[in-house]
Amino acid sequence: MPQIPQEWITFLFGRLTLQDFVHEPIMAGAGIGMVLGLVAVLIGLTVFKKWKWLWTNWITALDPKKIGIMYVVVSAIMLLRGFADALLLRAQQATNNNLPVELLNADHFQQIFSAHGSIMIFFVAMGLIAAMFNLLIPQQIGSRDVAFPFLNSVSFWLFVAGMILINAPLVVGEFSNAGWLAYPPLSGLEFNPGTGVDYWIWSLQIAGIGSLLSGINFFVTILKMRAPGMTLMKMPIFTWSALGSTMLIMAAFPILTVTLGLLSLDRMIDTNFFTSTLGGNPMLYINLIWAWGHPEVYILVLPAFGIFSEVVATFSGKRLFGYKSMVYAIMAITVLSFTVWLHHFFTMGAGADVNTFFGIMTMIIAIPTGVKVFNWIFTMYRGRVRFTTPMLWFIGFIVTFTIGGLTGVMMSVPAADFQFHNSLFLVAHFHNMIIGGVLFGAFAGFAYWFPKFTGFVLNERIGKWAFWSWLVGFILAFGPLYILGFMGAVRRLDHYDPSLGWQGLFIVAGVGVAVIALGVFFQVLQIVVSIIQRKKNRVGPDPWNARTLEWATHTPTPEYNFAVIPKVTERDAFWEMKKNPSKKKPAYEDIWVPKSSGVGAIIGLFALGFGVAAVWHIWWLLVLSLVAVIVLVIVKLTDDDVERKLSAEEIEEEEKKLIAKELKEQVA
Amino acid sequence: MNREKEELAVFSRKTLGFWVYLMTDCVLFATLFATFAVLRTATAGGPAGSDIFDLNFVLIETMILLTSSFTVGLALLAAERGLRYQSLTWLVITFALGATFLGMELWEFNHLIGEGHGWQQSAFLSSYFVLVGTHGLHIAVGLIWMAVVIFRLIQRNFKETDVRRLSLLSLFWHFLDIIWIFIFSFVYLIGGMA
Amino acid sequence: MRDDKKRLLKRGLQIIVSCGVALAIIAAFVFVTQGRDIPVLDPHGTIADQQKTLILITVALGVFVVIPVFVLLFAILWKYRASNTKAKYEPELEGNKGLEVLWWGIPCLIILALAVITYISTHALDPYKALESDKTPIKVQVISTKWNWVFVYPDFNTATVNYMNIPDNTPINLELTSDAPMNSFWVPALAGQVYTMNGMATKLHFMADKVGSYNGSTANISGEAYADLRFKVNAMSDTDFYAWAEKAKSSTNVLNDETYAELSALSERQPETTYALKTEDLFNDVIMKYMHSGGTSH
Repeated sequence: MPQIPQEWITFLFGRLTLQDFVHEPIMAGAGIGMVLGLVAVLIGLTVFKKWKWLWTNWITALDPKKIGIMYVVVSAIMLLRGFADALLLRAQQATNNNLPVELLNADHFQQIFSAHGSIMIFFVAMGLIAAMFNLLIPQQIGSRDVAFPFLNSVSFWLFVAGMILINAPLVVGEFSNAGWLAYPPLSGLEFNPGTGVDYWIWSLQIAGIGSLLSGINFFVTILKMRAPGMTLMKMPIFTWSALGSTMLIMAAFPILTVTLGLLSLDRMIDTNFFTSTLGGNPMLYINLIWAWGHPEVYILVLPAFGIFSEVVATFSGKRLFGYKSMVYAIMAITVLSFTVWLHHFFTMGAGADVNTFFGIMTMIIAIPTGVKVFNWIFTMYRGRVRFTTPMLWFIGFIVTFTIGGLTGVMMSVPAADFQFHNSLFLVAHFHNMIIGGVLFGAFAGFAYWFPKFTGFVLNERIGKWAFWSWLVGFILAFGPLYILGFMGAVRRLDHYDPSLGWQGLFIVAGVGVAVIALGVFFQVLQIVVSIIQRKKNRVGPDPWNARTLEWATHTPTPEYNFAVIPKVTERDAFWEMKKNPSKKKPAYEDIWVPKSSGVGAIIGLFALGFGVAAVWHIWWLLVLSLVAVIVLVIVKLTDDDVERKLSAEEIEEEEKKLIAKELKEQVA
Repeated sequence: MNREKEELAVFSRKTLGFWVYLMTDCVLFATLFATFAVLRTATAGGPAGSDIFDLNFVLIETMILLTSSFTVGLALLAAERGLRYQSLTWLVITFALGATFLGMELWEFNHLIGEGHGWQQSAFLSSYFVLVGTHGLHIAVGLIWMAVVIFRLIQRNFKETDVRRLSLLSLFWHFLDIIWIFIFSFVYLIGGMA
Repeated sequence: MRDDKKRLLKRGLQIIVSCGVALAIIAAFVFVTQGRDIPVLDPHGTIADQQKTLILITVALGVFVVIPVFVLLFAILWKYRASNTKAKYEPELEGNKGLEVLWWGIPCLIILALAVITYISTHALDPYKALESDKTPIKVQVISTKWNWVFVYPDFNTATVNYMNIPDNTPINLELTSDAPMNSFWVPALAGQVYTMNGMATKLHFMADKVGSYNGSTANISGEAYADLRFKVNAMSDTDFYAWAEKAKSSTNVLNDETYAELSALSERQPETTYALKTEDLFNDVIMKYMHSGGTSH
């Protein structure tokens, strides 16, 4: 066999070698499992001849409802991945890496917690938020679509490209071991010459650009596409919270883009932004990443606040208490979230004046948050509270979030923070906020809006089991971490001195995660059982006696959302419509909906190619992907033929059918 | 809602969307400016701005870009009145000016690297190259966009939608002009002072 | 009638099970916590002691909000449950100016109080601020290397690795830097942490108020050795300390530029070692290593 010159191989594959496919047992197992799962899906698609269905109904879809469902699916899978990581981390700490066979070595452990954090924030929380935006905003504001349907599809496929890239290290190469925010110089070339940090950079960069585009898209959607009569102060509160969130995305994500970009330049072409020599300044990176990172927390939690506001109003059968206060609180949080980033590093040696300022700003942000809590509670006052699963998640949220708020205020005092920083106390705190706030919010929203998109409700009984498992597991898993923090246990330890007496608490925390695992099992079971019982669980378009416009149309919602755009006169527009039903016969008009387009998915594919090329230094692929993306964008942007017409007659026909079906079910 | 009204609504969304995009780009540049401000004095024994910047050269660059901002405005005015050839001419001139600007910038970069003052030398030079280079990259994108518009102008009659696209391009170009004025002031004028 | 009985039974069972679970959780927590060392809440240094007081004050203030939240939450939930048809139902109730002013106002007042406390405490407990005492402070320079902590005592011509001896009731002035990725120096029983970073010095001051051995560690992820970057701080009486220092400077282990270079390049944890210091200004040399001529990044 003729020898292939080494230069050719390097040209073709960059720094990728066969050696990079070799992994340690646990990682290899996960990698093989992932590949097998993928192969099974591909075979399944072929056997059941579903390729065309997948392409026409999903991959090329520009309908935000479908894109939203795809976001939910991807985020749910990533939640399982991130949760599997958490199980491994907790197992390692509960056993203090003291099993007959070493579970994880230090480097592997560090890769896993880095992956856990990055995946949970970028591919679970952000994904769920994007899902909620897609599924809810257009319908809540009485619109038929988002402002830029094609851009929306690009956002989603960039998210998918980032998701694939962050999971790729399970199969080829390694992941970053530098934590979820990869501080230099640890994440620099000197201490991390491998591909790990590059995987981290490019998966976040690609997904982050997708998020930025989503932010712009939904901001314009909310401002420009509301139904006639829906002034800003008549907007549903979820939409308000989404508006705050998109504003934060637009102001914060460019900072992330730059920060990741500069770090990658340091690693790729030897610039000296964050190196520890030649004038580079790692502290600059820490400032920049948190200037994005703190607003990011509110990007995630504001929409969750919005969900809880809708849930508590609906299930109390009552208006939201203090709507205006709520709006002001959202806007106050939006602005203030940019003034607190330094509290993530009080311990970096800034002067007492600087620390005092950021400490006080941090406390101030607790005020509007506290106001929201009281308003939620008083929404139930003189209401009729129904204890459905979304309501249980709401109650769980108030309890955990309030505790998280207290521990947050404790850490906002700089002099005290010196004792909390980087300890497990901090870890417990932010899990309190992100699980209790964002994740519980997503779960509440999932149970609440599930019938909107499927036509049947989820099994309540199993949902309650899931909730209680989560709540008890949560207390068991994170309570010990608060105590461990007081004991001086720092985060991210792959082992610790047994004489410190920490193991008991770590075991309790491990048991907690096992109980949460039970909750996750119930959630999966709930979905499966509910699908099997879907006939029995069938409901009409308004199963909860809801208040906002998304429930004013059919269930599941037709492609065009509203046959006739509703006219809004009051807050809680649907509630008003139910009180004063319109007797007018609907006047149908022609509707234009966007044509499906596979270009978004193809752009995502090339973005993935770009990411792979950047990680492995395969320069031809980098250039090819870049050129392909540019050409595709030009082709798509110069195309004027992007919509198709649904005539008034077609709409009338469709509406008649839908109404007849609903009537039949009501009788049944 | 009739079709034309719908199209206008779509365009107004696009305009707002584009403005908002420009704001996010502003944040991006602001971050780079902040980085430059922090690293400006971190020359690590290498040259400072005053040692390497040729202000006359940069002034010519600035004039060229400012002129191109004017000509793109003329192109838009002509297009709005349906004067296809006139619009085409102004666009070609704008393109030429933009390309000259970019060429000069690349020449300056090449010159600095040739002198041994590449981005590897110090944090200051890294931040200089990346800030100015990012602006250059935007100019390059603008040029590609402009080429597409010119191509469509030559190819067929200019449609209403094309005029709208041109208005967004001109907005983009003015935006880059403003960013350049900041670069000129902060990087070259203030940074170039000893 | 029977249904009612069944429901009552079920409810009772639910209550018993939840109480059982709650008790089990509390028991588990008590069991794994009792008798353990909790340095943040049981400190042995003047700074950590004040930090503990500060933490307790914040908790007390926070509880002013937390308790009403919990009480209101469960009271309102119970009273306005759907099955309680006797409770008042006002579906159009939009809000209440007075109440809303109340819960904008009270948190504002609490935060105002907290802000004052923050201002005072942040300045009082600034890690850069020297402690007042009639005793002469001991100066220690701390260098985090990839795998080990190096403590330099410039005034005693000695240095240690992975442990640090100090006299009790004497202010310790620490200067810290890193010869590796960023670390954080934390001895919870004595004082809160401060980062150690390349090419710059940070400062920390503390004072042990009792003889004893305290655990310290890094708190910031810094590579493979992270979990092993632990050290002991031994507070001892003046006599013991000066006797130790006297002995230490004539240790057979010598720390000079060469041996330091070897030490910092190590990729394993060293046992606790004492060195005779035979180099001038090691600490600043380590800082300057990253600065290069003309660099002015702080």
